[in-house]
Amino acid sequence: MILKPGARLISAVCTAELMTVKAPKTELEVTIGGVATISSAAARDASAAIVAGHDGGTLMGKRYVDEADTIELLCTKAGTGAVAVNGELLQLKEAKALPASD
Amino acid sequence: MHLSSFVEMVESGFDDRALLGDQNPRLTGTDFGFLVRLGATQVHNKYASVIYIGENHPLLPVALFAAAWAGVPFVPINYRLEDRQLRSLIERYPNSLVLTDLSTAARLESLSPLIFDEWLRELSNIDLEDVGPIEPAENDDDVAVVLFTSGTTSEPKSALLRHRHLMAYLLGSVEFGSADDSEAVLVSVPPYHVAGIANMLSNLFSGRRLVYLTSFSAQEWLSKVAEEKVTHAMVVPTMLARIVEELDGEVMATSTLRTLSYGGAKVSERVIRQALQAFPNTGFVNAYGLTETASTIAVLGPEDHREALSSDDPMIQRRLSSVGQVLPMIEIEIRNEHEQLVAAGESGLIYLRGEQVSGEYAGVNLLDSDGWFCTRDQGSIDEDGYLYIEGRVDDTIIRGGENIAPAEIEEVLLAQPGVAEACVVGLPDDEWGQRIVAVVVQQGGHILEPNDLQDAVRKVLRGSKTPEEIMVRDSLPHTETGKMLRRVVQSELLARKGGTTT
Repeated sequence: MILKPGARLISAVCTAELMTVKAPKTELEVTIGGVATISSAAARDASAAIVAGHDGGTLMGKRYVDEADTIELLCTKAGTGAVAVNGELLQLKEAKALPASD
Repeated sequence: MHLSSFVEMVESGFDDRALLGDQNPRLTGTDFGFLVRLGATQVHNKYASVIYIGENHPLLPVALFAAAWAGVPFVPINYRLEDRQLRSLIERYPNSLVLTDLSTAARLESLSPLIFDEWLRELSNIDLEDVGPIEPAENDDDVAVVLFTSGTTSEPKSALLRHRHLMAYLLGSVEFGSADDSEAVLVSVPPYHVAGIANMLSNLFSGRRLVYLTSFSAQEWLSKVAEEKVTHAMVVPTMLARIVEELDGEVMATSTLRTLSYGGAKVSERVIRQALQAFPNTGFVNAYGLTETASTIAVLGPEDHREALSSDDPMIQRRLSSVGQVLPMIEIEIRNEHEQLVAAGESGLIYLRGEQVSGEYAGVNLLDSDGWFCTRDQGSIDEDGYLYIEGRVDDTIIRGGENIAPAEIEEVLLAQPGVAEACVVGLPDDEWGQRIVAVVVQQGGHILEPNDLQDAVRKVLRGSKTPEEIMVRDSLPHTETGKMLRRVVQSELLARKGGTTT
């Protein structure tokens, strides 16, 4: 699929949901827990299992990026599956915590 | 990114968390998203923008996000403006849905405004499936919010904030969902001020429940904090001063407040020190930003405040009067009048660059070709990266060829016992070009002597920076967010007999 900022990604196998912050304009295959994402949580198959090696989990509010920093996804609902793009597991983007200013 | 994506994030992340509404029923993220979608159906293809004129309202975010979802700007206007001015601002945005509160509606009868509460009631009677939900707007280069500058010297200008500016600010400075479900923020800044908009957006983004104070009084603010177990709040300096005054030395050691941030205008160091003592277990944050930068660009955090308060080092103590360090996604430069960078500690004009910096008014973009925005604020950055704001460059006094920032003199005056407020302006002078005149307001129980104040300034600064004249008055004019109306003071002084010394 071609992702646009604002596109939602919902896991087919766990509770994880992500929002696209940044994405290249190329065809991508996004998986959570090793299984292709879906567009509605209603279509989730509760019996499906997380693929081995894709069980690192996604954390609420955290950003996930690829090595080349071409894609950035923000987790809006935590899950047990890890997010990958074209087979590459995304990495947690470290961000400095700032004081609440408003 | 677009604010419509923000709505979907709220629905996803905070589906069953109470986010809005002081009293029951409280709205969860799911309820909020549903109302926004309903609201958007009433705006889409019908109106060119959504205007809101009224006091704060617990469900105000619904109006802003419904406009965003429908792809039209949200235009909050100051309800305290006089009728004529209010009408002229509304006329700039023809074909708008005009939402107001009850008392404003009566003033605008001929424009057939809708009372916001009634609009919300109408929404709850709509069946979303009947009217057909609309697709969310997604062009993040569209204008999301229009804010009017205060227009003390000329007609108010419309500052434009696009979706990408607001989302850049949020993504860069707030961690989504970082609040736990016991947190609540008290919003007391008016909705037509950038701080009111930023307050709403960043707290919703972090998942913190929004509690609104319809209009500010120190007593109500304090009781709302206690009633709603408020953990976070943002106030403008005048509000902070009133809260400290209301407490009158009482120490709120067990306050639920974890963070109290302030900004919007220069705050006196004395008020900050008193506030820090009044709330010993609360983290203080000073935020600096402009409408044109989609709110905060620099912060002085809680550790900085406590460190400055307890330090013996004057360089660290001094930080209490700074606005802290710039946010990581903001670039800053201090330039002199030839646009060259100045050394650390030297003052000059503040330039900013970053994705949240709009620098744009209706019809004119002030960003230069490299994306830099000249704030027209004067300031300096010390060697440790702390930013000090010295005031508007347009307020600079030029006396005998020397550039003098009024703030420098005001700071010395404010540090004198008995001085509650101070305003320093330049008035035309045959010999010096401009001469320095100060107006001070005395605190209750004090009698101020102009001669003593002049001596005090001379001791700290120099003779050339000592006001030629100091007047004592009962009050000084301010905007509602606490910015001193220096131009008003100046023109009042000029209006005295030919502007000469009395």
